[in-house]
Amino acid sequence: MDQYIDIKVRVWRQAGPKAQGHFETYELKHVFQGASFLEMIDILNEQLVAEHKDPVTYDHDCREGICGMCSMYVNGHPHGPDSAITTCQLHMRKFKDGETITVEPWRSRAFPVIKDLMVDRGAYDKIMQAGGFVSVNTGGVPDANAIPIPKPVADEAMDAASCIGCGACAAACKNGSAMLFVAAKVSQLALLPQGKIEAAARAKAMVAKMDELGFGNCTNTGACAAECPKSVSLANIARLNREFLAAKFKD
Amino acid sequence: MAKKEDILNAAKKAAEVIKEKVEQVAEREEVKEAVEAVAAAAKKTGKAAVAAAEELIAPKAEAPKAEAKPAAKKETKIITPADAKIPAGPLELKWTNYKNHQKLVNPANKRRLDVIVIGTGLAGASAAASLAEMGFNVLNFCIQDSPRRAHSIAAQGGINAAKNYQNDGDSVYRLFYDTIKGGDYRAREANVYRLAEVSNNIIDQCVAQGVPFAREYGGLLDNRSFGGAQVSRTFYAKGQTGQQLLLGAYSALSRQIGKGKVKMYTRYEMLDIVLIADENGEKRARGIIARNLVTGRIERFFAHAVVVGSGGYGNTFFLSTNAMASNGSAAMQMYRHGAYFANPCYAQIHPTCIPKHGDFQSKLTLMSESLRNDGRIWVPKKLEDAKRLQAGEIKGRDIPEEDRDYYLERRYPAFGNLVPRDVASRAAKERCDKGYGVNNTGLAVFLDFSEAIQRLGKDVVAQKYGNLFQMYEKIVDENPYENPMMIFPAIHYTMGGIWVDYELQTSVKGLFCIGEANFSDHGANRLGASALMQGLADGYFVLPYTIQNYLSDQIGVPRMSTDLPEFAEAEKAVQDKINKLMAIQGKRSVDSIHKELGLVMWDFVGMGRTAEGLKEGIKKIDAIKKEFWTNVYIPGEANSLNNELEKALRLADFIEIGRLMAVDALHREESCGGHFREEYQTPEGEALRQDDKFSYVGCWKYTGEDSEPELIKEPLDYEFTERKTRNYKN
Repeated sequence: MDQYIDIKVRVWRQAGPKAQGHFETYELKHVFQGASFLEMIDILNEQLVAEHKDPVTYDHDCREGICGMCSMYVNGHPHGPDSAITTCQLHMRKFKDGETITVEPWRSRAFPVIKDLMVDRGAYDKIMQAGGFVSVNTGGVPDANAIPIPKPVADEAMDAASCIGCGACAAACKNGSAMLFVAAKVSQLALLPQGKIEAAARAKAMVAKMDELGFGNCTNTGACAAECPKSVSLANIARLNREFLAAKFKD
Repeated sequence: MAKKEDILNAAKKAAEVIKEKVEQVAEREEVKEAVEAVAAAAKKTGKAAVAAAEELIAPKAEAPKAEAKPAAKKETKIITPADAKIPAGPLELKWTNYKNHQKLVNPANKRRLDVIVIGTGLAGASAAASLAEMGFNVLNFCIQDSPRRAHSIAAQGGINAAKNYQNDGDSVYRLFYDTIKGGDYRAREANVYRLAEVSNNIIDQCVAQGVPFAREYGGLLDNRSFGGAQVSRTFYAKGQTGQQLLLGAYSALSRQIGKGKVKMYTRYEMLDIVLIADENGEKRARGIIARNLVTGRIERFFAHAVVVGSGGYGNTFFLSTNAMASNGSAAMQMYRHGAYFANPCYAQIHPTCIPKHGDFQSKLTLMSESLRNDGRIWVPKKLEDAKRLQAGEIKGRDIPEEDRDYYLERRYPAFGNLVPRDVASRAAKERCDKGYGVNNTGLAVFLDFSEAIQRLGKDVVAQKYGNLFQMYEKIVDENPYENPMMIFPAIHYTMGGIWVDYELQTSVKGLFCIGEANFSDHGANRLGASALMQGLADGYFVLPYTIQNYLSDQIGVPRMSTDLPEFAEAEKAVQDKINKLMAIQGKRSVDSIHKELGLVMWDFVGMGRTAEGLKEGIKKIDAIKKEFWTNVYIPGEANSLNNELEKALRLADFIEIGRLMAVDALHREESCGGHFREEYQTPEGEALRQDDKFSYVGCWKYTGEDSEPELIKEPLDYEFTERKTRNYKN
């Protein structure tokens, strides 16, 4: 049964991209365990506003685990200690009375801090702009059932496509690699006949952009898949490597 | 023989003349009568028919003008089908005719025209991408850190299309009819038919983009059923259809950003629209004022036209299924510049959301309507069982089958658990009001899968709904495979919005509105899986055409400097408003006032509305407005990143929207779709429309900060469908 707990929250505060950051610890009394983690931050912010202090800046939006906006390191894990969830789906019942909870922004060179827990993930958009699409314009496409796709293939593509672009994979990786993110999109489109036509060019373009933007190399530690809120599989990275190598051989 | 031929020719000629004459009066109400009379007359010889037609038509053409004058004093302004630019001709040819005759912009000129698109949801992203593909220069704005995060992403269940892949009798007409009926006969026929028509193109487009829709073992696309339809026409991608469709639109948008045809502005919020008068003195939308949410700087942007796809205003209620930052401010900016706000009171309350559990709560989570395919909704038959559930003494599974009241199946045998959302929500409220609620607050009903698990096996149920079950368990901490889910209605979608004509242009020239932000297509109630359909229809297949009819006249208009006085004035007004808010330095946080507004909205402008309650609600909203403008506290600086200021600016508009919803709800003395006035119901508690008085779109025109808005009506004449009482019973 959910109870009321008293906690301490140790939050990374940083006034701006170039400012020196530091941890600040706040006490919160009587927090209901049924509250979500972000609702706990709301309570903290209400408390800070009441004291005429600057509330903690953080990204959040849908609060149902799909928009990919929320991005916090909680007790050393992207999206917190529970598995297969985003921060907004984390609930206070995962924490104990008297616990000190440490909250940090994404740790990645490619995601610079904007303020407090808010980071700039524009790099992910740039990778997508480099090739994360099928080059079709609106209109003039064939009937949706013109090309049958085996169910297992469609399901696999769907699993890869479930990536929400939150950045947890790169943030979790000790090398700061965006391989899982890139692999998810490359896989989804390489699996489907519609995307196969450009598969080689796509893999090369997206990998080149990833390297250019300062993401690290993949050493297959698997931290990305372990922390991924949508459980995107490491098998996608293997597929990306195959696509990438095949593309290089063709050159 | 020759004589016969002569008569035939004369008759043919007469028919042509008649057609011409009929077209002349086609926009008038009497047309039906005239056509019937003409048809009768046409049985005579050609000449007689012409004479009869002329006789019939000529005097009537003068009649309404003569009548209009004496009544002009107090008469409500009327929007005619001509004002709404609805094309003439039979329903199924309107859109084709429109496209055949509309003006286009040639490729060289497209390069010289700039279009601002606000929002990157399904409507905004698909419009921005499609316009850029055509060759226009697009400036696209969103408040999130990436265009991929707009709240369309959260749609779970699916998207409708009239493909009839299941061979269950679906057709464009049937999708049109279901949508009109589902909307309780409060939507425009021509728009809805067009929506049904392009629905099939959407599915084709999304598949071509690589959207991984669910498939059957044969490799073809799978469908599921949704509320308000007797066919399976909903395409889906697991429980993440909105996400996959949005990522499809986002990928098309990304491609255009990469090509430099779309300039993307993330973390920017529009704060005003800039209107500039043309040489005839007519004001046209020519740009926007936006705030860079990271730096706090106010910036100016010019374009030849502005398209707003900013979503709905459900967050007026504070607690809703909308994302935290979803807001109605863009709509209010359009409204203040003269765009009509249509049917603000039509808000959809979704029956299957996770019930509220505390004051700290920030949002309500939706459980997809698709769950009603296999889940059965019930409350206990016996009041004492309900009491024990409320006290936490027993669980749902402890109540034997014979003591369960499957009230939707009982009341609506034909549609059962798949009745439309408004009907399902009201039925839940009815049971809970009577004391049969099943959780500690008494505000919840059961959604039970035990029968489906028995019938299909747990694995099949898990495959279909697994991610939804997981979501439920994470939030509620209870296993829905073992104990029935608890659900309760919550604000989900707003059918009302900015009035647009057939071209999706608002009553302000050059200002367009698409997706949930506009009022069209769903009438008083939206069917499940139709929001995604409308957003993408507007963005991919309607606006990119219709906007050209406007832009073709604008090719001679050079790009304007943002140093023009109109831009400076608009920026100053925005800056003054921000300064005013920052200077209040009161005692209340923005959220605390927003929560107060939300409670008033839920209690007085919610699922069951009364004249008395609405009047009371308006008073309370006025008091909240005063409290906000005198006692809100915003920390920090205006010219830097400031979430509290962002929220305050949005709340200022929510308060106005809330009031407008209440005013509209008070004026609409009938029950229809999502708008339920308790005074207007049948003895069985079903919604009672007043077609003779309220068969119109209620459009509200802004008349100033402290004066009441003016009501303008767009009458809804059902030419192609017969208005019926919605019946989901048999």
